Amino acid sequence: MSAVKDFNGKVLFLDRSDINTDEIIPAKYLTEITKEALKPNLLEDLSMEGFNPATDLEDKSVIITRSNFGCGSSREHAPWALEVNDINLVIAENFARIFRQNMYNCGMMAVEMSKEDIDTLFSEFSSEEATLTTDLEGGSFTIESVSGKSKTLKFAISGFDRTLVDHGGWVGYADKKY
Amino acid sequence: MGKTIAEKIFDAHMVDSPEEGTFVLNLDRVFCHEITTPIAINDLVSRGMDRVFDPDKIKAVIDHVTPAKDSKTAEQGKIMRDWARRHGIKDFFDIGENGVCHAIFPEKGFVRPGFTVIMGDSHTCTHGAFGAFAAGVGTTDLEVGILKGVCSFKTPESIKINVTGALKEGVYAKDVILSIISKIGVNGATNKVIEFCGPVIESFSMEERMTICNMAIEAGGTCGICPPDQTTVDYLWDFIKEDYSDKTAALADYSKWNSDADASYAEVIEFDVSELEPVVTYGFKPDQVKTIKEMEKTPVDQVYIGSCTNGRIEDLREAAKVLKDQKVADSVRVVLSPATPAIFKQALKEGLIDIFMDAGVCLTNPTCGACLGMSNGVLADGEVCASTTNRNFNGRMGKGGTVHLMSPASAAAAAVSGYITNSALYKG
Ligand code: SF4
Repeated sequence: MSAVKDFNGKVLFLDRSDINTDEIIPAKYLTEITKEALKPNLLEDLSMEGFNPATDLEDKSVIITRSNFGCGSSREHAPWALEVNDINLVIAENFARIFRQNMYNCGMMAVEMSKEDIDTLFSEFSSEEATLTTDLEGGSFTIESVSGKSKTLKFAISGFDRTLVDHGGWVGYADKKY
Repeated sequence: MGKTIAEKIFDAHMVDSPEEGTFVLNLDRVFCHEITTPIAINDLVSRGMDRVFDPDKIKAVIDHVTPAKDSKTAEQGKIMRDWARRHGIKDFFDIGENGVCHAIFPEKGFVRPGFTVIMGDSHTCTHGAFGAFAAGVGTTDLEVGILKGVCSFKTPESIKINVTGALKEGVYAKDVILSIISKIGVNGATNKVIEFCGPVIESFSMEERMTICNMAIEAGGTCGICPPDQTTVDYLWDFIKEDYSDKTAALADYSKWNSDADASYAEVIEFDVSELEPVVTYGFKPDQVKTIKEMEKTPVDQVYIGSCTNGRIEDLREAAKVLKDQKVADSVRVVLSPATPAIFKQALKEGLIDIFMDAGVCLTNPTCGACLGMSNGVLADGEVCASTTNRNFNGRMGKGGTVHLMSPASAAAAAVSGYITNSALYKG
């Protein structure tokens, strides 16, 4: 059984909806047969003004974004490209189904929050460096900015998604159970 | 309370419900291709679990990059080939017999009404055209599917789209589905099954239904489903005739996979096609749709005809009608990939290949190739492609390239004129 992943760290704010898996990891890297090889190419093709994957990704461990994140291709290379960059948590209004499932299947988290909460996170924290810590048991995130602002927000994931997080993914769980 | 097709399929395949609203289903088919399967195979091997739940229910193909274009894609093919041999997977389609997954698997009769199907490919929703529940999944779901023959899904709420009216000349299934996506949005059916029904769908061939269901994912849908009917039975008859005394008996059996009249839906949408014009996408999302008229004269550098959306024989026939006795404009290059060898052969028999070659079209073997910008027709930075595929994402067919999605007839018209235009202009 793999260990539970780390869901804490500096936040990357992606202020756009409908970010698709081709943008997260372009198809030309789908010929790779190891996850590690995807590391330098995360979000390489993201079209978002002012975003530079070469510098903006550094040290980030959490993504906060808008709606329909991960739409398009089913490629699990998208969560893997996040995982090998030490990003195990994406927070958004909602996700494309396959991407969301892929995240939990890898023991990662794709957490949905209300539009109001997402708006708050963007308006209060996206303009400076912010760090998020996850209290998995308590079901809350605490976000703090370098200037000292802080906020704690509740989140909910289903019991089954939690089981997958606890087992580090679906393969080990399913093999035992079915 | 009655049930939808999807709910009936879930009931019939339920293995477990680990929590309310989550269902583990057993699978009738696990389809595999060489882009998403090798990592699953390698992971199973490294876990010491190199097994398959049932070699007869697993079907595999090398289709995305074939023939291999470099040593990495060669390695992906090799992993698939060795694995298929090792586990006795008989239905494995390699060079010479291979075609685009969502075209070749239906053609071989692998999908039946009421089936559950997964594949590590988002356009697996195509197979819902047969009245099956078919969903794209990631590699981990695929891996568990291969190993145990199960997959978990959330409650299958359905959106019913009742397609009515009469299509104008020059308007096709592709125009219908693009217009539907533009109406409901790229996120409009997320976590839902889209049930396509009504007189227009009933009048559609299986090929047209596949074009429609293929793009359910572009609205976020888990699966598109068309209720099985006489057309479904006729298409499948060669594969099922041992199982039924006659077609009437097959139809009677398949009719159990129809939604009940009092089934409940998340939403019911009436969609009248009578006023539809030929359409095309703009921008980088498949719900950004305009009429061809609005986009008229937009120059293109490349035309691509093929893919799991529109690379079937009917699509080639429509393209050939436009290209007959015409020449590809000097300013464009045209790449055409019949989706399977059987389609290629049929096109040859019907003289379509002659028409294409006389017009100056480059024919490639059946493959995904250019559709996802991996081989056989990648765009250069700043280039524009008129394409019969299903995704216009930024960089989809090559970094910096723009893709306009449209029907095969419209793509062929762009080939002749060099810009987006009405296909009716070129029909003798
Ligand atoms: S033709 Fe394109 S969309 Fe269809 S399976 Fe191949 S790559 Fe995917």
